[in-house]
Amino acid sequence: MSSPLTKRSPLEKRQLRAALWFLAPALLLLLVFFFLPVIAGLLLGLTDFDIYAIGSPGNARFVGLENYARLLTNDVFWRSLGNTLFFVALGGPLSVAVSLGAAMLVDAKLTRLRPLFRTIYFAPVVTTLVSVAIIWRYLYHPRYGLLNHILGLVGLGPIDWLGDPHWAMPAIVLVAVWKNFGYNMLIFVAGLQAVPAELYEAAAIDGASGLQRFRHITLPGLAPTFLFVGVTTMIGYFQVFAEPYVMTQGGPLGSTRSVVLFMYEEGFRWWRIGTASATAVVLLLITLAGALLQFRLQKDRT
Amino acid sequence: MRRPGLQSLVLHAALVSTALISLMPLGWMAAAAFMQPGEANALPPHLLPRDPTLQNFVTLFTRLDMARAFLNSAVITVLATVLSVFINAMAGYAFAKLPFPGRDRLFRRLASALVVPAQVGMLPLFLLLRELGLVNTYAGVLVPYMASIFGIFLVRQYALGVSDDLLDAARVDGAGEFRIFAVIVLPVIRPILATLAAFTFLSAWNDFMWPLIVLSDGHMATLPVALASLVGEHVQDTELMMAGSMITILPALVVFLIFQRFFVRGITAGSVKG
Repeated sequence: MSSPLTKRSPLEKRQLRAALWFLAPALLLLLVFFFLPVIAGLLLGLTDFDIYAIGSPGNARFVGLENYARLLTNDVFWRSLGNTLFFVALGGPLSVAVSLGAAMLVDAKLTRLRPLFRTIYFAPVVTTLVSVAIIWRYLYHPRYGLLNHILGLVGLGPIDWLGDPHWAMPAIVLVAVWKNFGYNMLIFVAGLQAVPAELYEAAAIDGASGLQRFRHITLPGLAPTFLFVGVTTMIGYFQVFAEPYVMTQGGPLGSTRSVVLFMYEEGFRWWRIGTASATAVVLLLITLAGALLQFRLQKDRT
Repeated sequence: MRRPGLQSLVLHAALVSTALISLMPLGWMAAAAFMQPGEANALPPHLLPRDPTLQNFVTLFTRLDMARAFLNSAVITVLATVLSVFINAMAGYAFAKLPFPGRDRLFRRLASALVVPAQVGMLPLFLLLRELGLVNTYAGVLVPYMASIFGIFLVRQYALGVSDDLLDAARVDGAGEFRIFAVIVLPVIRPILATLAAFTFLSAWNDFMWPLIVLSDGHMATLPVALASLVGEHVQDTELMMAGSMITILPALVVFLIFQRFFVRGITAGSVKG
């Protein structure tokens, strides 16, 4: 063993040099095109960078927390934050529940053609979000859409899914759940298979019902999976953008404008880079809070 | 178990109805893509085209420049996949097997940045690329796809399992570090490279927000961006839009079906070690 004070051996030197070359492309790319922009974003949020500053950045001035103060009094921002929270609060638990249900169906002992069902449930995950949003726009059509037609067959509707401010966000939640549930389903299946089979056998001998086994064996056994799936799903859902962009453009009456859509409009439609950057920082803080929560809960468990 | 026959029936009814819900929107898309103009708005709705036509695809590729969008998407996705696999494989291997001072701390710092949403850096990145003259270029859209923390993470976790004896034996034989990587390591970590390739391919092909921002020129648009702008002008042409959606979705589905095994591995690896 060589202490840090002695000279490095030829092998160590050789490996150090190789490591530098192997890491250089990835680390340089990440530094220049990810870490520096993120830091610049934090700083731009403290300036009044706008369309006049794009040509000559010298025009931008340091304004402290003014952008944040303005966000706090901006009704459109609050509305967007509220819409996003609604999307997360409704879509998050619904997605997780549907994923768990699908996982239990696929993982059930009696299930035949397991790989086929798993593949079918997963297919929407890999489809292009923009195309999916367009397809559902037509499925939601108040007059010609397949969904209202099916509802009509059982005597319900018609619902103006995307035209009614009360229905538009739930309609987008439904699309997100349809598209995403297969992803978490795979993670739940892995979690279910990690629950020891002996526990179920012992419970069956004790005469526990299916519901009892679910409550006292399956759910506790899946707790770490729930934590991971719940937090990652919520973090992902806070970034919702393409569905409202394509399906509603944030309407009707701003009822589906999300935080990221608000950021996009501020930054790339009105070129208010300062406000847009401040919005991005708010998104970052929410995400960090979610990650911290996951970290804490995980620690409490162990 | 009492009455396994009934149980199985209920179970499979639930399985099949969930499968129908998963497939219905895609099935309707595929049917409408081959319908005559206006047929998708028939009442009651047609579930299959009465008189199938390829006209919608012909219009997309000849009159509406979707061929160019398809080419843009293909070039960007293939370049992103190849570059990302090489760059992240080298870095992931170095973090796993090439010791240097502070290595594991650096890796942990890097992994903790996984929680930072890409949107935080998007505006400054756009301004930077604008200064560099890379807006509306393939290089500009590729830049954030090339190195990914998730990719480095995936490769490192897998490469930790490569046998040190194997590497040391090669060193004793006088092989250089690059040669060891190319001849010994790459073949051993091939499964995780396939996982990484499948992930990168699908996320680059399906990505929307970044290409929307950096490729504002219509000729440079990728399929999702072109489709989103097409729906603005052609929202009445349901059949045409469904054909456009189909050519966008189909390559992603085919790649998924081929690489499914590797894809599943990546998702569960990310969740267990995450």
